[in-house]
Amino acid sequence: MSSNTTDNTGYKSYLEEDGGRKGIFKWILSTDHKRIGLLYLYAMMGWFCIGVVLGLLMKLELIAPGKTLMEAQAYNATFTVHGVIMIFLIVIPGLPAVFGNFMLPIQIGAKDVAFPRLNLFSWYIYILGGILVIISLFGNGPPDTGWTFYAPYSFKTGTNMLPAALGAFVLGFSSILTGLNFIVTIHRMRAPGMTWFKMPLFTWTLYGTAWIQLLATPIIGITLLMVAGERILGIGFFDPAKGGDPLLYQHLFWIYSHPAVYIMILPAMGVISEIIPTFAKKTIFGYKAIVLSTLAIAFVGYFVWGHHMYTSGMSGTALWAFSLLTFIVAIPSAIKVFNWISTMHKGSISTEVPFLWAASFIFIFMIGGLTGLVLGSLATNVHVHDTAFVVAHFHFIVFGGVGFAFFGAIHYWFPKMFGRKYDPSWARTGWITFFIGFVTLYGPMFYLGVKGMPRRYYDYLDEFHGPNIISTMGALIMVTGFLIILVNLIKSARHGEKTTEMNPWGGTNLEWQVPTPPPLENFDEIPVIDKAPYKYD
Amino acid sequence: MSDTTHHIVPYRTYALILLLLLVLTGASVAVTQIELTRWATVVALLIASTKSGIVLAIFMHLKFDQPVYRVMTISVVLLLIVVIVFTFFDYGFR
Repeated sequence: MSSNTTDNTGYKSYLEEDGGRKGIFKWILSTDHKRIGLLYLYAMMGWFCIGVVLGLLMKLELIAPGKTLMEAQAYNATFTVHGVIMIFLIVIPGLPAVFGNFMLPIQIGAKDVAFPRLNLFSWYIYILGGILVIISLFGNGPPDTGWTFYAPYSFKTGTNMLPAALGAFVLGFSSILTGLNFIVTIHRMRAPGMTWFKMPLFTWTLYGTAWIQLLATPIIGITLLMVAGERILGIGFFDPAKGGDPLLYQHLFWIYSHPAVYIMILPAMGVISEIIPTFAKKTIFGYKAIVLSTLAIAFVGYFVWGHHMYTSGMSGTALWAFSLLTFIVAIPSAIKVFNWISTMHKGSISTEVPFLWAASFIFIFMIGGLTGLVLGSLATNVHVHDTAFVVAHFHFIVFGGVGFAFFGAIHYWFPKMFGRKYDPSWARTGWITFFIGFVTLYGPMFYLGVKGMPRRYYDYLDEFHGPNIISTMGALIMVTGFLIILVNLIKSARHGEKTTEMNPWGGTNLEWQVPTPPPLENFDEIPVIDKAPYKYD
Repeated sequence: MSDTTHHIVPYRTYALILLLLLVLTGASVAVTQIELTRWATVVALLIASTKSGIVLAIFMHLKFDQPVYRVMTISVVLLLIVVIVFTFFDYGFR
């Protein structure tokens, strides 16, 4: 980490300000946005480890045809709980809850979010939702519906589907309140001079995301309540025998869950838009294009949900309309990729660890995006629908997108957050191992899907054996990479070399102009903004 | 980024609005006694939308607040309408 700014000493950092509380209470009773961000980070780390173990168990089961580790029912439960944890507890709240909470107020020159107590309350709701998911593991057995809780099976299964759905319902409130908090914070608390087009891009993506969180999440809440109504009262919303329509569930579910993909991916794009100019030492190319494409993705993303339902029996009109809209949403995503690459063009690139994550994000996201077009196209979708191809595409976008951006973000902001340095050589080793493992794990699944291997089965035909072995090997390599990253970060956060360098990477935004680690309320005096972001002269 | 002055609504207005909401609630019950066939849902939605509009405008102060909040609210309603219309790309053409 090269330094280009002065050190800063003689102040009390947020980690030293404990509000007169001791032990765990200085964390769980603190309304400081930075501590709350870290509370989310620690909770998510725990959840992620569980999700990874479940994912690894699935891949080990699939290392050979027939039963290897578990029976079909256990496999169904494993992929359901893996999905519920990874989607509702990690990737949806992920970047906004951790890095949004920590960085948003600093990036806009504010002392905290607009509603600090509500912010802490959102974390408690998040924990409550997680507890409900854990409860679903006991009693009648873990849910086996898949994370999508599709009707009519979800109101007929004898497993513990309700606590898991209730967990997702409760987690939705956490998401809504965080979104609300961010919208109000961005509207009301920007530093003087920080006009809309002087806001950092990560903040812009959080803004777009917050609107989706606020507007789309209630729909999943209502939908899950309707499923509960089906199970408990037998109302018949989704039951054809009572005049209901199972497709209505799919519409309602995806009206939320497709925009939710943008809740996941927009902040990831924001992180990449922060990292690339910093390490290319170049003003970001097309700032306004990135902002407008963020808003376009957030807006158009509401109208493409039907592409999850091409084979469900929707009308022909709906099929072509949703396919057309899906192709339209690819345009703003591609605009961002062109902007990132143009930013790097003729830049003075330093290949530090955060940049490696950002560059590999672009590579992985491109594959995820292009295979998304295969799924968005009506004819090819029919061929690969509900196959391993979809799983591969989904993981390239969501895990490759959010996961790589998350690791990029934590390596980028780590010194600022913890006031310590991490070991860059271990961080590089972790990155390359993880990257190789990721591609080896999910790459073969594209081939398996095209060849017709369905997803969500614990067994498969012998002809699929070879690629499945490669895929499982990839899972083991990727988990090794993850462990290297995790151990390096935990060790560095506890015992790493202390640093007070304000700006180790040479970034231009406000977070690099506050002390390391930041003080309790970030700024002694609210700064006045007089220039556009990402200016490298 | 600056605070706005608060508009104070007299209690009398609140009382009148409450009365109006109660009347509309009564109307939505009463209308179920009439055979409106396929229009029943439309009428019920119209009454409910009127009630929400009144609550938003008066109780939630949208009528007195900065225009940006009206724009936000109307945008959200429009978004909901478009989502419903798109859903009927399926239901309307099966």
